[in-house]
Amino acid sequence: MPLSPAITEIDQLKSHPALARLLDSITSAVQAAKFDRDELTIQIERSFIREACAILRDDADCPFNYLSDLTCVDWYPSEPRFEVVYHLFSIPKKERVRLKTRLEGSSAVIESITSVWPSANFYEREVFDLFGVRFTGHPNLKRIMMPDDWEGHPLRKDYPVEGYR
Amino acid sequence: MPVISTPLPQAAQERNLVLNMGPQHPSTHGVLRLVLEIDGETIVRLRPEIGYLHTGIEKTCEAKFYQQVVPLTDRIDYLCPLTNNLTYCLAVEKLLGLEIPPKAQWMRVLMNELTRINSHLVWLGTHAMDLGAMTVFLYCFREREDVLRLFEMVSGQRMMTSYFRIGGLALEPPLGFFERVKKFADRFPGNVDEYEGLLTGNPIFLMRTKGVAQISAEDAIALGACGPTLRGSGVDVDLRRDAPYTGYENFQFKVPVRSEGDVFARYVCRVQELRESIGIVQQALAGMPEGPVKADAPKVVLPDREKMKTQMEALIYHFKIITEGFSVPPGEVYQAVESPRGEMGYYVVSDGTAKPYRVHMRGPSYANLQTLAKMCEGHLIADVIAAIGSIDVVLGDIDR
Repeated sequence: MPLSPAITEIDQLKSHPALARLLDSITSAVQAAKFDRDELTIQIERSFIREACAILRDDADCPFNYLSDLTCVDWYPSEPRFEVVYHLFSIPKKERVRLKTRLEGSSAVIESITSVWPSANFYEREVFDLFGVRFTGHPNLKRIMMPDDWEGHPLRKDYPVEGYR
Repeated sequence: MPVISTPLPQAAQERNLVLNMGPQHPSTHGVLRLVLEIDGETIVRLRPEIGYLHTGIEKTCEAKFYQQVVPLTDRIDYLCPLTNNLTYCLAVEKLLGLEIPPKAQWMRVLMNELTRINSHLVWLGTHAMDLGAMTVFLYCFREREDVLRLFEMVSGQRMMTSYFRIGGLALEPPLGFFERVKKFADRFPGNVDEYEGLLTGNPIFLMRTKGVAQISAEDAIALGACGPTLRGSGVDVDLRRDAPYTGYENFQFKVPVRSEGDVFARYVCRVQELRESIGIVQQALAGMPEGPVKADAPKVVLPDREKMKTQMEALIYHFKIITEGFSVPPGEVYQAVESPRGEMGYYVVSDGTAKPYRVHMRGPSYANLQTLAKMCEGHLIADVIAAIGSIDVVLGDIDR
């Protein structure tokens, strides 16, 4: 199966339940959308992320009720530097969607979604530990992989692979 | 088993004791440390402390070529290395838009189900031993040895197989391999009867598992449980059926689901999965297609040794792949696979170079571990051991 070009026109993607639902309720939050390699990605404005997750979880037709994964990508040195990535799965409809939001390196703070899915707890701690992105409203934002007194955030691109010696 | 779930009065909380369980504890299945706040024998609060096995595999992946990451994926979960190989390879193949020949796909299904059997056997043996049934452990490891010999036959390694490569398989399966698998598959259902005979009706085992560490379907979904832990709570999800990959749509199998949500329900789900897996193995053996086991993509797949010795072009491709890797078109992919423990997901981001920009592993044990507090709080210390066994954690998968 050779690769087909990505679709980035929001109008062409409106039929996907997740995008349609978000455009209906919080139009201003949707910055961009992309359908590439059979996967839909929606770029969300950072202040709307918790709301967007809650809306998708409670959608009556196609509830994206399961948080598959939450992680981060560091695009250093370009800005906005951090890209927080949410993978949602709909258990009844077997659909997947990816939400993304970009954060500047100088203000790497985003609202926690632990109030929507308690399972975000460990994932957000992991992103905080390894990338240094802070989640407001997280019940226990502490390091999870690295020791508590560790300096730096290892998965940042400006952190050397061999570590500091 | 008495179930104490009423909140404790204020005065009682002052008597609470903080107890460390692990990281060196035989029943935590690795270096898992649990901080327990207990009131007598009852758990008031449970907090998992992890990270003792963190090796920074995700960071290491960013410094390697795409094909060099395959052996790293083995090291994540020592019980299902082939599932990890498969998830990573599928993700990169999706990024590349590679077509995999049918024989390689069927071999992947076959090996994957043998991996599931291997993993479930270790789980069953250790779980039963935690609950006091020593014999089952020995029986399970007897059969596991047979599965490991099969892995050794195809890949030369018992555990760190790296048998699946980007674009197909590392090698053709050797002569006599399918006969050996067939012999094993014919015998194995009888072995499962043997384990079930020792456990399923055993009053001691039932007392330790029925009604213990219960979790409702809503809680399991909200806390991110996956695999048999989720199916044991009555949620009917199996990615092999719901989002088929590598040709699973060609196989018939049932997805065992139980609604009780306790340790026993998760036990029944996994034991039933052993039987379903052996059914898939039989189907894969019966319908194994002929043909190549590697995709026709000379810039990605290493050439055969014979070709390298005779053809200049093959030698050049080999040299290029080894020294420079191959570049992958920019993009991102999240590939999820039903591993023995649940949804194993790889999120691979490419920036167009020969090294992955970001590889994130979504480990099923990491997700399942979050349910442990909900399962154990308000119950007895002895039940924690049953609960840990029932969610089947592998610490390498959690800490990465």
